[in-house]
Amino acid sequence: MSLLELKDVSKIYGDLHALDHVNMKVEKGEWVAIMGPSGSGKSTMMNIIGCMDTPTEGQVLLDGRDISKVSKKEQTIIRRDKIGLIFQQFYLVNYLTALENVMTAQYYHSVPDEKEAMEALERVGLADRAHHLPSQLSGGEQQRVCVARALINYPEIVLADEPTGNLDEANETIVMDLFRQLHEQGTTLIVVTHDPEVAQTAQRALVLRDGHFTKETVNNNFTGVIHYND
Amino acid sequence: MTKKKMFFRMISASLVRRRSRMLIALLSVAIGAMILSGLVTIYYDVPRQMGTQFRRYGSNMIVLPKEESFSMEDGEKAKAVIPEDSLVGAAPYRYENVRINQTTVLAAGTDMEGAKASSPYWNVDGKWPSGSGQLLVGKEVAEKYGLKVGEPVTVTYTPEEVYGGDDGTETEDVSDAAGAASSETEAESETEEEMILDNEMDFQVTGILDTGGSEESYIYMSLDDLAQLTGEDGGLDILELSITAQQDQLSEYADQINEAVDTVNARLVKRVAQSEGTVLTKLQALVLLVTIVVLALTMICVATTMTATVTERKMEIGLRKALGASDQSIIQEFMGEGILLGAIGGLIGTVLGFFFAQGVSMGVFNNSIVFRPLLLPITIAASMAVTGLASMIPIRATTKIDPAFVLKGE
Repeated sequence: MSLLELKDVSKIYGDLHALDHVNMKVEKGEWVAIMGPSGSGKSTMMNIIGCMDTPTEGQVLLDGRDISKVSKKEQTIIRRDKIGLIFQQFYLVNYLTALENVMTAQYYHSVPDEKEAMEALERVGLADRAHHLPSQLSGGEQQRVCVARALINYPEIVLADEPTGNLDEANETIVMDLFRQLHEQGTTLIVVTHDPEVAQTAQRALVLRDGHFTKETVNNNFTGVIHYND
Repeated sequence: MTKKKMFFRMISASLVRRRSRMLIALLSVAIGAMILSGLVTIYYDVPRQMGTQFRRYGSNMIVLPKEESFSMEDGEKAKAVIPEDSLVGAAPYRYENVRINQTTVLAAGTDMEGAKASSPYWNVDGKWPSGSGQLLVGKEVAEKYGLKVGEPVTVTYTPEEVYGGDDGTETEDVSDAAGAASSETEAESETEEEMILDNEMDFQVTGILDTGGSEESYIYMSLDDLAQLTGEDGGLDILELSITAQQDQLSEYADQINEAVDTVNARLVKRVAQSEGTVLTKLQALVLLVTIVVLALTMICVATTMTATVTERKMEIGLRKALGASDQSIIQEFMGEGILLGAIGGLIGTVLGFFFAQGVSMGVFNNSIVFRPLLLPITIAASMAVTGLASMIPIRATTKIDPAFVLKGE
């Protein structure tokens, strides 16, 4: 049984079919990239997989459970327990320190544990920046805090939306390296990106266009290491 | 770390690290709390302050004899009914007809200190008598006899039996309280005067009494001097009491005196007691009204600030929801911030309110105010309730924020 399965999923806004009969499977521990230009339906798919929206038609099975028709309250619980989110814009609470931002995810999930949160920051190399506010951190550092926050509750899927979209090459390498480590530890990764270099790092890349998957590429030389095409 | 600790860490961080944005809300809560605590202090202190003020207009209770007079002991018993901290002054009076330069004048024997305390509006040119042989002369009497401060004066008393024991005449004169009323007595006794032995006593005028009232037609001496002059101790004709209490309490005291001492009849001086009560009621209603208006304005200000806060923090709310926060958690956090804001504002407001009340009290009553410790928790609780209530509608809007909002990057 796949960890995540989309069966004939459509999302319709009036006359617009943002997703049109999409099928997809993601296995446990897999690293999948979803590529596509603006307006291709990437964000809609992110919202549906991330349990922030429900499809108009079709089924979304997460760990065998159909989450396509659940209430808002149940969506919140699934999001909290099973999904770790990483955004392009970083999105940290600006008046909380890096450590407190990580602990916030623990707070909503179970019980805040300062030691564990600090260890998560150590994993992303930010132990010495733990008590800094987001405004005192660089973009790369903020995204690493987001990675630490996404991991803190051991989610079944880490869903990253353009995680390196706002980063320079050095920070992009650091973040992608973190993803590689997560993958090695068995975390399932779904990365939405428009960057071919980021997509090529994944085991499998799916191309989304006008609400359909138009291409699927399997990376036979998968190493998890990003390569830049100069 | 417990969830509760993390909750307080988050809401206090929001207030402390976003202080520049929360300052307006804090300021409005603090000002509201200041007005609230200040006016409540005044509300409760006004009766005391007004009581003190009204006591300047004289006694608000008189104790009269059921028959001719009552003893000093009964006067003391009546006085003892009133708690010491409520009794501003007690002035016993004994009245007798005496003569100066062969004309009759009404003399009052009293306890000068008691008279001074219970009638603070009496204006004395010179000094109050402080010992034997000293006399306080009403302005009308002083003008009639050309008496001045420091001058000696001889006061004569003719024992009653000489007049044939006509008690009725004397009592009438006392109640009339006018020197003119004794002119008939003077005429009748003129021929007999030479046959009798008058009691004479030399006094020195220490002060001229100016009240604008009937008191100006009396002369005042100590009770001992009057006893010496008349040759008898006599009883008291009236005991005037000045008490700091509201009308209901005064009535209770009067009843207690009437029960405790059966020779006297205690009555309220209705005019003073009633006007005191009317002014107090109106003033307290005004204070209450202003407090309600200020609290309503504070609520509007807090509600406006909280609405702006929720709009400004839409992204953060969406993010928290994306991380798994329920609507209830978000409401609790924002409500927690509002209530904490109320508590801090309430604390600051209570302190400022005391100084506000002190300023008002000094300005209006020229009296300092008493700090009521109970007001601190009451004001803080009221501020918390006001901010909590004012935050309810803006905070409800957080439930409508969609977490997908954050992912779309809008």
